[in-house]
Amino acid sequence: MRKFFSGIGNWIKSLFCIHDDKEPRLLTLSKKESTRSFVSSLVCILAGVIVGFIVMMILALASSEDQIYFSDAFGGLFTMLAGPFTAANAAFSFGNMIFYAVPIIMTGLSVAIAFKTGLFNIGAAGQYFMGAMGSLLVALNINCTGNDVAGFFVWLLALVVGMIFGMLWGCIPGLFKALFGVNEVIVCIMTNWIAANIVSWVFSSEGLKHLVNTGSGKSGYLIKTAVTNTGTPSLGLGKLFGNSYIDIGIFIAVALAIVIYIILNKTTFGYELKACGSNKHAAKYAGMNEKRNIILSMAIAGGLAAIGGALYYLNPGIELAYKAAYSKLPDNGFNGIPVALLASNNPIGVIFAGLLLRYLSQGGGNLSAFGFNQYVADIVVALIIYFAGFAKLIRDVLVNRQKKQTEKVLAKIANTVKNETDSSPVDTDKQYVIDQDVLTDEETQIDEESQEVEK
Amino acid sequence: MYVLVLQKTLIYAIPLLIVALGGMFAERSGVINLALEGEMIFGAFVGAVFVYAMQSAGNLTSHPQLMFILAILIGGLSGAAFSLLLSFSAINLKADQTIGGTALNMLAPAIVCTVGLAFFNGEKITMPLSTNYAIINEDAPDFLKIFIDKAYISTYLMIIVFVLLSIWIFKTKTGTRMRACGEHPQAAASVGINVYKMRYLGTTISGFLAGMGGYVYIATTAGGTAESGVAGMGFLALAIMIFGNWKPLGIALGALLFGFLKCLGAVSSSIDILKSIGLPMYFYNIIPYFVVLVVLALTAKKSGVPKAEGIPYDKSTR
Repeated sequence: MRKFFSGIGNWIKSLFCIHDDKEPRLLTLSKKESTRSFVSSLVCILAGVIVGFIVMMILALASSEDQIYFSDAFGGLFTMLAGPFTAANAAFSFGNMIFYAVPIIMTGLSVAIAFKTGLFNIGAAGQYFMGAMGSLLVALNINCTGNDVAGFFVWLLALVVGMIFGMLWGCIPGLFKALFGVNEVIVCIMTNWIAANIVSWVFSSEGLKHLVNTGSGKSGYLIKTAVTNTGTPSLGLGKLFGNSYIDIGIFIAVALAIVIYIILNKTTFGYELKACGSNKHAAKYAGMNEKRNIILSMAIAGGLAAIGGALYYLNPGIELAYKAAYSKLPDNGFNGIPVALLASNNPIGVIFAGLLLRYLSQGGGNLSAFGFNQYVADIVVALIIYFAGFAKLIRDVLVNRQKKQTEKVLAKIANTVKNETDSSPVDTDKQYVIDQDVLTDEETQIDEESQEVEK
Repeated sequence: MYVLVLQKTLIYAIPLLIVALGGMFAERSGVINLALEGEMIFGAFVGAVFVYAMQSAGNLTSHPQLMFILAILIGGLSGAAFSLLLSFSAINLKADQTIGGTALNMLAPAIVCTVGLAFFNGEKITMPLSTNYAIINEDAPDFLKIFIDKAYISTYLMIIVFVLLSIWIFKTKTGTRMRACGEHPQAAASVGINVYKMRYLGTTISGFLAGMGGYVYIATTAGGTAESGVAGMGFLALAIMIFGNWKPLGIALGALLFGFLKCLGAVSSSIDILKSIGLPMYFYNIIPYFVVLVVLALTAKKSGVPKAEGIPYDKSTR
């Protein structure tokens, strides 16, 4: 027992102190690339929150007639950081947070995979709309009331049809880029608005009158998938979380993120995509079909964004405002860009970035208790994205600090070793070993830096 | 009828023209200005706050044209100030320019909504009095009507600014130096040009033009009401800039073509020939985007994209 505790004690000590003539474990850990990205992301979020806090203080000072007291800024800060948990119904708020995160995770994945191929997919909004349209055309046209099994298969079919619509729509920018050499950004912007108009056009046509919600007080909305019993199954999750919108969409999103991660990092196809993104001339020279890769990448991106749209509108409680669709592009389409950027285009990171954004905006929804409006959270999110641009700078600072610390520690180790060798000349080869350690360490350091420069 | 079409065309074309030129200035100096949309929103917002304050205080209400010009200028200045955020991150801190631009595009609407709700009782700012900026000359002969009836002083102002700045960037020493920074900053630096300064100049002019365009847009289409969005005009301007191949003449052509096609949808219900065909509004809405795509596919040639755009300038690289 005692041995066990002293073992733990020694391990904790080894985190901070030199042990067995090796550097502290924390220093070794902090040299890892993943730790560095994690720390720099944390710094970005912290910086965004701090500036958001200052904004709240300014608002409190500027508000007339003592509507907001200065101390409310602190309350506001904690409310925002607590996310959904200070809501009157925390479980409901948490469930909705998960549900609203699904579409932006999907559009985030869409933007991320296009970025990896060197394309800027600003057309996720249009692909999102096309996915919603395709899936709703299937789900709302087939009535499965009373038959849950049929409803499930129709839902699955709707999801697949939506995805195909999005893939075809996503192909357009890819084709223009590959065949005509047109910049994908302009094609994406144009196809966004074309898609928005098509959605309004299709659902207001004569043949689809039966999909329109004619209930009292409703104008310009489609019926919900709850009517035809073809909505996304929630498997009791909705009940668990206070009757919120949450459904199995989050599992699909997470699974797809993992699939994209595997495709990008473990397959030849993913390697080709990344090679095209890094240097398309080199990729072409190495025998890769760069045009095919551009089209495929955009098709996959389109499919992912479309699944986001399909999962959002297939929820039994969500309805599509088809009449207003042509005048405004969906925010979920554009929010994919900050999600992907915040995650530095890592598919797994996209999940957490999407959840974080929704976490903060749920917290923002509770800010009215302190007299602030929910858009303060939007300011904080925007600031976090702004600071995310400095991630590289923060990483550079970290590398410099680690370098200095490593030198210090190595000098210390060398010193103690020297003392030991003075007293007992038996250990002469120890000095040699340490020197080699220093060498390899510096070498890896240099290697890492040169890699970063290459990037 | 053609008077109506021309007037509507200009209403869409002028903001696109000036904002797309703004985008060109930033990209020619080597910075991708994705924040055009945000700068437009911010410029429109500050311009609207200015007019709101002036109207509430009863100043200048009898001189709408002067107020309009001042509001445009203030919109431009605030757009320029807002763009400094992008310049700082993209030029000094060498951050990814897409991230900076996206952040600014999110920040501007958030600021408008926050301030609007906190001080103006809503997510938009509606003017206390009507903004009678349009010049009315209904008695004028048909030919002159195009220019002086229901016209806005901003149209002529923006065209003058467009021409002057287009000449400036291609014909003056500073303009040429700025373009050099967008093509090969290291070469520019080797002959003694301050790349940082030139890029700051490019993005600041860009922000100024976008801010002006933002206020002109809300003044001519929404009666001066500032909202949290400008209907994607900033992104459209970006597209027009690419369409114009990073050249002023191309941008002018693109903006006019787009404005003309866009106005077809707006006037389709009031023109008998178009009305008799009976196509829905959505069809006319799609036409401008579709035509731009077709024209691009047919005319795609060697792109005029500045070679160093989007790449942060690092003194130590070659």
